[in-house]
Amino acid sequence: MSRAEPPAATAGRGAKESVGVDPEAGVDPEAGAGPGAGGGRDAGTGREAGAPVRARRPWWTPALVRSELTITFRRWRTAALLAVLAAVPVLIGIAVRIETGGGGGAGGAGGTGGGHGMTGGGGPAFLTQVTNNGLFLVFAALAATLPVFLPMAVGVIAGDAVAGEAGGGTLRYLLVAPAGRTRLLLAKFVSTLAFCLAATLVVAASALAVGALLFPLGEVTTISGTRISFAEGLIRAALIAVIVAASLAGVAALGLFVSTLTGSGIAAMAATVGLVITAQIVDTIPQLHAIQPYLFPHYWLSFADLLREPVHWEEIGRNLGLQGLYVAVFGSAAWARFTTKDITS
Amino acid sequence: MGAGPGTHAHDGIAAGDGAVIETRGLTKRYRGGRPAVDRLDLAVPAGSVFGFLGPNGSGKTTTIRMLLGLIAPTAGSVRLLGRPMPGAGRAVLPEVGALIEGPALYGYLSGRDNLLRYDSADPTADPRTRTARVAAALDRVGLAPAAGKKARAYSLGMKQRLGLASALLRPRRLLVLDEPTNGLDPQGMREIRALVRELAAEGTTVFLSSHLLDEIEQVCTHVAVMTRGRLITQGTVAELAAGTRGRLAVTTPDTGEAVRVLAGHGVTDVSVAGDRVSGRLPTEDMAAAAGTAGTAGAAGTTGTADGAGAAGGAASVDPADLNAALVRAGVRVRAFGVERVSLEDAFVALTGEGFDVAG
Repeated sequence: MSRAEPPAATAGRGAKESVGVDPEAGVDPEAGAGPGAGGGRDAGTGREAGAPVRARRPWWTPALVRSELTITFRRWRTAALLAVLAAVPVLIGIAVRIETGGGGGAGGAGGTGGGHGMTGGGGPAFLTQVTNNGLFLVFAALAATLPVFLPMAVGVIAGDAVAGEAGGGTLRYLLVAPAGRTRLLLAKFVSTLAFCLAATLVVAASALAVGALLFPLGEVTTISGTRISFAEGLIRAALIAVIVAASLAGVAALGLFVSTLTGSGIAAMAATVGLVITAQIVDTIPQLHAIQPYLFPHYWLSFADLLREPVHWEEIGRNLGLQGLYVAVFGSAAWARFTTKDITS
Repeated sequence: MGAGPGTHAHDGIAAGDGAVIETRGLTKRYRGGRPAVDRLDLAVPAGSVFGFLGPNGSGKTTTIRMLLGLIAPTAGSVRLLGRPMPGAGRAVLPEVGALIEGPALYGYLSGRDNLLRYDSADPTADPRTRTARVAAALDRVGLAPAAGKKARAYSLGMKQRLGLASALLRPRRLLVLDEPTNGLDPQGMREIRALVRELAAEGTTVFLSSHLLDEIEQVCTHVAVMTRGRLITQGTVAELAAGTRGRLAVTTPDTGEAVRVLAGHGVTDVSVAGDRVSGRLPTEDMAAAAGTAGTAGAAGTTGTADGAGAAGGAASVDPADLNAALVRAGVRVRAFGVERVSLEDAFVALTGEGFDVAG
């Protein structure tokens, strides 16, 4: 069948892809409704070819991914996770505001940063800048949430992805629909990645709003000491959000793999979150430095390099490469497990 | 379609041309245990309403999961609609509707959204007709008024209906329904049975598992009986019932004398309840009654009407002679007859055990 790539990518790519798939598959009228241009043409093809070419069975339609996204984002649990994430920048913003309002100044802000011990070098440096420029709250909030809150939220969603369906019994109905085991797993991964992006953007947006409300906005002083315009700073912030979201891909793949191992959503969530915390702890033990470069959180805070002038890409590249490795390894493991598993729940 | 010579003595089922489900030596052994399903040769003819009968724990659900590709068999093969499973699942399953071990729903979605979700999972389902098909399926099972309600708030019966609706989202060639009336009130059961008959009349083959004998008797044309992981018989319902003789029942005030006379003529298992004496007629079927599973296949194909089947048995007794003997002995007979054979009797005869014994 048509080897369509998973439409994980942007809207633009999705549209291009559906044009490519459609003439071959014949039956993919959903593509017309998909985001992006070319809808008219797709719908036309689908309508003409739909009925007679019944035999051609498309391997991929966007319906399953869309359904996965609906399932993920319509749950109260997801809303609660996003609300907690949105609250973090609010708390940081208010704390910094109170500290500086009380005359504590930069020192006080540094102290607040110390409270987020695990944020490493990036957090406190950003925090001291927040009072001068509200945009820095975006960086500070991402640095504060990336080590714990964000991967925990992703662990919950990824861990529950397959195991939750198995526990609820809905997995068997999806598979006899037939969703296809590979398709379903891919759709789950795509929707988990979408959650990574959404979670990161929620933190960034909340931080930007709080920052703009409580602090002045203006030119951004980079870590290198140069100044860039506010617009340029915003672009950097958006880029950082995307990099942070991509940093969570490893956790997402790991969680999905764990999720294929058990029929209990709670167990899978707990195991994934446990692994995240363990990796974080191991990453801070000096004696274990030999394995630290292979731990998925090791290069997480490298996103700060985007605030240098010029940007240092080396560690960011390493981070993305490491995430890619985790996706490849645990994605394959999840696939191998899920496609051969007896579904007894 | 996988023709092949029909299995053993199952004359009633032409395994060749019309088999919608066909298994060969299907076996599933879970880690370390005895086989949950043991060398199953099942042939479900097209257009039949096929009852799959067995006590809880007899391997019905494991079999159904193997048919649908959810579980990989340890040995043996499955052909569904003529194509091998699980290999051809993507081509075959869109034409198969299934209800497996009760419904499973997303509690936080409405009934309608649950169906939309399941329909979206099928890449061959036409998205343009999706909402219309969902509405039609809801209507068909009588859930249209509750379509917007969260599935969490559904009663067990409503959930069961919604599960059925998901099996009816598209026109299907085969419906696999595992205990479809579970949790329904008598009215709901009647409705579901009517729906099954209606679907069968439209040409859909229905494979219906149940542990309720009367349900199978009411709805099914064919039946297979499973116990402890093994298939002990399959054939038409009429054949199976014919394979077992009914019980003799005599109503008389002289019960003591009646028992003596009947026992003297070889009637076994004689019991007295009030003024009613009943017992098992001495026929060739005594072998089956003794629980020898080996003869079960033959019993299923006897295919003869009451009475005539007894001809071959050496010890067979005509009920009329028994009546004459009773009267000769001075027993005053108020009523005399052979009770209608129920599938339950047939089952007990085949398995040599009560129906509620779990394997």
